[in-house]
Amino acid sequence: MQIDVQTVSIEQKNKAFSHLIKRFGDKKIPSRYQEASYDLQAVENLHYRPTWAPEQELYDPNLSKIRMNDWYDLKDPRQFYYSTYTLNRAKQQETMESNFKTVETLGLIEGMPDPVLAIVQDVLIPLRHVNYAANLNNTLVCGYGYGTVFTQPCVYHAMDNLGIAQYLSRLGLMIGDVEALEAAKQDWMDSDAWQPLRRSLEDLLCVRDPVEVFIKQNFVLDGLLYPLVFQRIVDQNLVEQGGSGISILTQFMTNWYLESVRWMDSVVKTMAAESAENKAVLEEWIDTAANHFTSVLLPVAGLAVAGNAADDLVSDVHDELMKRAKKAGLFK
Amino acid sequence: MDIKKTPKKLNVKEKYRLMTRDLAWEPSYRDEKEIYPYVDYEGIKVHDWSKWEDPFRLTMDAYWKYQAEKERKYYAIIDAHAQNNGHLNVTDARYLTAIKLFLQGISPGEYSAHRGFARVGREFAGVGPQVACQMQSIDEIRHAQTQVHAMSNYNKFYNGFKDFATQRDRIWYTSVPRSFFDDAMSAGPFEFLIAIGFSFEYVLTNLLFVPFMSGAAYNGDMATCTFGFSAQSDEARHMTLGLECIKFMLEQDPDNIPIVQKWIDKWFWRGCRLLTLVAAMMDYMLPKRVMSWREAWNIYGVENGNALFRDLARYGIRPPMHWDDVEKSIDHTSHQIMLGLYQWKFGTAFHSWTPTDSDIEWLKEKYPTTFEKYYLPRWEYAIAQKEAGGEYNNFGLPKLCQTCQLPCLFTEPDDPTQLAHRETEYEGEKYHFCSDGCQHVFEQEPEKYIQAWLPMPALMQAPLKGDLAAWMEWVSLEPTAAGEYANSEDKANFEKWRKQVSTD
Ligand SMILES: [Fe+2]
Ligand SMILES: [Fe+2]
Repeated sequence: MQIDVQTVSIEQKNKAFSHLIKRFGDKKIPSRYQEASYDLQAVENLHYRPTWAPEQELYDPNLSKIRMNDWYDLKDPRQFYYSTYTLNRAKQQETMESNFKTVETLGLIEGMPDPVLAIVQDVLIPLRHVNYAANLNNTLVCGYGYGTVFTQPCVYHAMDNLGIAQYLSRLGLMIGDVEALEAAKQDWMDSDAWQPLRRSLEDLLCVRDPVEVFIKQNFVLDGLLYPLVFQRIVDQNLVEQGGSGISILTQFMTNWYLESVRWMDSVVKTMAAESAENKAVLEEWIDTAANHFTSVLLPVAGLAVAGNAADDLVSDVHDELMKRAKKAGLFK
Repeated sequence: MDIKKTPKKLNVKEKYRLMTRDLAWEPSYRDEKEIYPYVDYEGIKVHDWSKWEDPFRLTMDAYWKYQAEKERKYYAIIDAHAQNNGHLNVTDARYLTAIKLFLQGISPGEYSAHRGFARVGREFAGVGPQVACQMQSIDEIRHAQTQVHAMSNYNKFYNGFKDFATQRDRIWYTSVPRSFFDDAMSAGPFEFLIAIGFSFEYVLTNLLFVPFMSGAAYNGDMATCTFGFSAQSDEARHMTLGLECIKFMLEQDPDNIPIVQKWIDKWFWRGCRLLTLVAAMMDYMLPKRVMSWREAWNIYGVENGNALFRDLARYGIRPPMHWDDVEKSIDHTSHQIMLGLYQWKFGTAFHSWTPTDSDIEWLKEKYPTTFEKYYLPRWEYAIAQKEAGGEYNNFGLPKLCQTCQLPCLFTEPDDPTQLAHRETEYEGEKYHFCSDGCQHVFEQEPEKYIQAWLPMPALMQAPLKGDLAAWMEWVSLEPTAAGEYANSEDKANFEKWRKQVSTD
């Protein structure tokens, strides 16, 4: 029976789910983000301990050195839940699709100077393997981190990294077919410039503290890599050398990085403000990882620019990252 | 380097390989065992991860595009549903019991599946299964969220929805699904895939979703039936993943066969015990019925199951161990569960009721060999008590099965007049079971199941010490959310609002 119910005004019994009223009061109707994120993870009376690590709990905040009184303080300023996340990315992929088309129809790749294409081949295409490691690292944080507002964006971030790896693969196919991907993988496996980074990522893949992985992969490594490669090497150097077409094809990465920074910085800031102990742990992680990854990225920068200029580039992005860390309340 | 040549046309499979498989590399600075520490301990042997056949080939850009389209449609419909007081379109407020149970018991399971698939999406040592599992992980959080969003509007008008988060962790009957998903998540990555990806998604999902979604459609619940349909294309992917993973394990090494068989036996039984709640829903909670549990089982259980296990026989896999016991129980479980829920209705965050005359006619017709003989007399007794001004409650605490956590209320497979009850002694403690199936599961891994959190003993221990009022507060159960439907606020309000509509 379909009845005309539009016109009835009936009084509401409950303003919201109780766990949301407890957190946010009942003055405002909770947002869909709040409904989709807060307190979704089971917290007590967990039935069995993991058979792979019986000393752990099924959801275990003690897997990390970082301690939070309430892990739900680590909210995502973008307020991504599945729906807003996919709608956003769908829009971005539409733009990327038309970017690929533009570059193709205008024949921008064919007209590109060889040195530009060589840098794309040497610097950009091998990065698809870096994204794969980032995909696994973020999947780990989602799986083993604590509290849905912290873990949920990590699975989105993992899938984003896969998406970026796929955009880079398409770029590779465009400039040099399957051979371009093969050559890039060869570099990733053997060339001197990439080995320090590959070794560092294999090391990071062995780390099991979810927050440590989050900080080192997302805040530190990406915080150096994206400014270095996409903001500087692509959007400045390559564009100056006639490679604007490449900048169009990496638009997703540039925008995605800027968007992610808002999330990263907010999470780091909240964790740091929680306690002096957290602050000390974060500073230790960020300081060592930033120095380490900066030196690791130097030979990669050297593939795009010569000698001193590479030094300048990496120390530039290192400063930029440390500024972000300071703004988040660290190193003061 | 050979640049600027015209790209060859790649076929879909090759292109997908380049977009996923080819991203991984063989580590040389660290041992694979350090990166994938949990991939061996269950004893499953994998010789070649690249033999994994991708069950679906979806690159991220395509995924975002398709899923966003579905999301747009879904939220448009539930927004309209909320705006137009769509909740008043349900047959009557009895129907709400089904979706309360869904929100308290099943949506948290979607969330567990999300986290579990993220874990295995990290732990498998091959990029093929990693990516497939990650995609299922992100789908599963979608399901949890769309369900919460659909129920959010019902919560504004009815009891029994608002405390689902507390009740997920504390109330007694949600520990049935919770322990099921906790069991899967605390298992190794391969067993998790057999539990959720294969047994649940492939063998049993139709028995859960088809009844719920068509039940929703029959009873005017647009919100629920919309998320069902919206999730369907995700489910199709999940089912192919489930099937692929079992074939992969079986093809990798003959030593895997007995391990997989053991898991199939266990998870089939665990799943069927969980589905007894769905059986009660289908036979008792839907004001307009879709089909009986028996009919659903014949189609989705027997027919699909037979075809599947015929197919798996070539690997040396036989049908699940306790299949016959399940078959024998089908004409009984819904009645047994519903009588149980009805007598413990003071402790449930949903309402129950005694069947009406027309319900009784329908049940007699659908269960000609069992209902009238074994269960009608018990319902008649409850009805008579009610008519005499009493209430049919059982304040005695049920003994819970240590494995499935349901009350021990089932009967012997071959004697419906005998309650089944099994016991096992382990390290000086006695453990109780509802059936041979549950006892068998326990005995395979006693050190796991002795850890189970049993809500009934918890009620008797400090700090509650058997204080029912204190317990109700602890589980956030308000008296208005519990008990007999006929006396409920939900019923009164629904009828009042409906009348308002027709006189307006
Ligand atoms: Fe699901
Ligand atoms: Fe049981």
